[in-house]
Amino acid sequence: MIAYLAKRLSIGLLTLLLASVVVFLALEVLPGDPARIMLGMNASPEALEALRTQMGLDHPPLLRYLAWLTGMLSGDFGNSYTYSLPVIELVLERMAVSLPLAFIALSLSTLIAVPVGIFAAARHGRAADTLAMGAAQLGVAVPNFWFALLLVYVFAVGLQIVPAGGFPGWGDGWGEHWQALRALILPAIALALPQAAILARITRSAMVEVLGEDYIRTARAKGLPWRIVLWRHALRNALIPVLTILGLQFAFLLAGTIIIENVFYLPGLGRLIFQAIGQRDLIVVESVVMLLVATIILINLLVDICYAIADPRLRGAR
Amino acid sequence: MSLDPVSSSVPERHVLLKALGNRSFLAGVIITGFIAAVALLSFVWTPYDITRLEVSERMQGLSLAHPFGTDHLGRDILSMVMIGARNSIAVALVAIGIGIVIGVPLGTWAAARGGLADDVLMRVNDVIFAFPSLISAVIITAIFGPGAINAIIAIGIFNVPVFARVARAGALSLWPREFILAARAAGKSRVLITIEHILPNIMSLLLVQGTIQFALGILAEAGLSYVGLGTQPPMASWGRMLFDAQTRLVVAPHLALFPGLAIVITVLGLNLLGDGLRDVLDPRLRRA
Repeated sequence: MIAYLAKRLSIGLLTLLLASVVVFLALEVLPGDPARIMLGMNASPEALEALRTQMGLDHPPLLRYLAWLTGMLSGDFGNSYTYSLPVIELVLERMAVSLPLAFIALSLSTLIAVPVGIFAAARHGRAADTLAMGAAQLGVAVPNFWFALLLVYVFAVGLQIVPAGGFPGWGDGWGEHWQALRALILPAIALALPQAAILARITRSAMVEVLGEDYIRTARAKGLPWRIVLWRHALRNALIPVLTILGLQFAFLLAGTIIIENVFYLPGLGRLIFQAIGQRDLIVVESVVMLLVATIILINLLVDICYAIADPRLRGAR
Repeated sequence: MSLDPVSSSVPERHVLLKALGNRSFLAGVIITGFIAAVALLSFVWTPYDITRLEVSERMQGLSLAHPFGTDHLGRDILSMVMIGARNSIAVALVAIGIGIVIGVPLGTWAAARGGLADDVLMRVNDVIFAFPSLISAVIITAIFGPGAINAIIAIGIFNVPVFARVARAGALSLWPREFILAARAAGKSRVLITIEHILPNIMSLLLVQGTIQFALGILAEAGLSYVGLGTQPPMASWGRMLFDAQTRLVVAPHLALFPGLAIVITVLGLNLLGDGLRDVLDPRLRRA
């Protein structure tokens, strides 16, 4: 187990390192002169020179990469050119919106998808199964941002029970917390439902497969109630593929969060990154991209480790 | 997951009969065929010219003259949805092409060589997997500015490890088989064996994966265009139309309806087609 963990951990770190090289090459070396991109064609030579010095562009790329890497490890992501603020401050402020949103959406989609998948598998081949999986097939095809627009139209424009967009900030006290949470309800649902459709299909097929196993028949033959067989014996084994997909889906969820924030005008990482692109603030783009990529790699690493804990047979493999 | 060589599996006529009996496949073919036909038709005919703006007819509701209404510049929505179909399909198809042309040779090469080459390829795959097409598009746009090409490259990059993995897994399951051993004993090189025996036998896997990536590509293109990282105006694209519709949701909700429905129908059709293909081509890959 320890050996497996060490191996997984070193592979994860290697992936992270390679990804940082890719980000650095793409945003700092490939463009030739990042300072010119950031300031545009009409920039004065003095301004260009000043920015080059500030970004350390007069040093060789390898040195700049190492400085960037060690800076990030100590929490220094550089300064935003347009905001004149440390990038880390901007990022932390925006993460207070994006992370809760992604987390609520993930919980919501799991809470919907796993019971629906189990329900459909338990009624395999019957009308309820066909209906649930038909709905899931449709759900997979719905782009989350379009679904978000529909939700806004019905619940914010029509019924007016939730705000159509914006974010009041987490604030102090329960009243303000509640208002902030209210602003995240529609975005979370919009993110969660298409995601839940995929997850429900996977849960169902994993459960159907497990329910066909001999040990399930044995458990039933022993006279165990169906409910216990389903929830205790079958679910435990079916959860392994579900867990893997959950990890893989996290990357899409994060990308989805960035798009959904644009629908609801939420001041999260997504808004930050698009503003940064508009203002050609490469330092912010670089940091946020690196942060997102690192999150995806870390989540996949965690899933792999959970996977090994859940299924001891996998520790030897790979 | 194991595969039969094409030569020893069911005869082709049998596959065709099975395909016609598969509801998912049939529905997928009909829907996808319809969307493809609409996209092709848009090259030669659309009800209106979408480059001509009729401001006097802006944001009209549904009518006989404009079945889907008109947008904020007086352009016919039906015509724009038709041209949007063409753009979405083109972007997704080229992105799949990138994935196949780079990914399949890499995957089959890794499977044929094994060892260090295989390890290195898989690590590189892990790295690319950490860059969803949205993040690649963000990077590309930050450097080169927005454009439809960015979307194609970003989605294409993400397709590469997908096809590399599928090709590698398929090839790995074939290498220990007798007919490959026979070919090796006959003195054929690894490259020749890959081209003559491995590739024909992983075609069905690639076809199924291609359909799935097609659907994902349509969704990704719509998302990228919606946030301004993909197709740029005045080109019509479903994602861009939804972006334009967003600020006018209160006065003209129909603007958001039709481009969205077009995406859902197209993706649904492709997913049904993919599910059907999988059932027909390889029953052992079938979802229980």
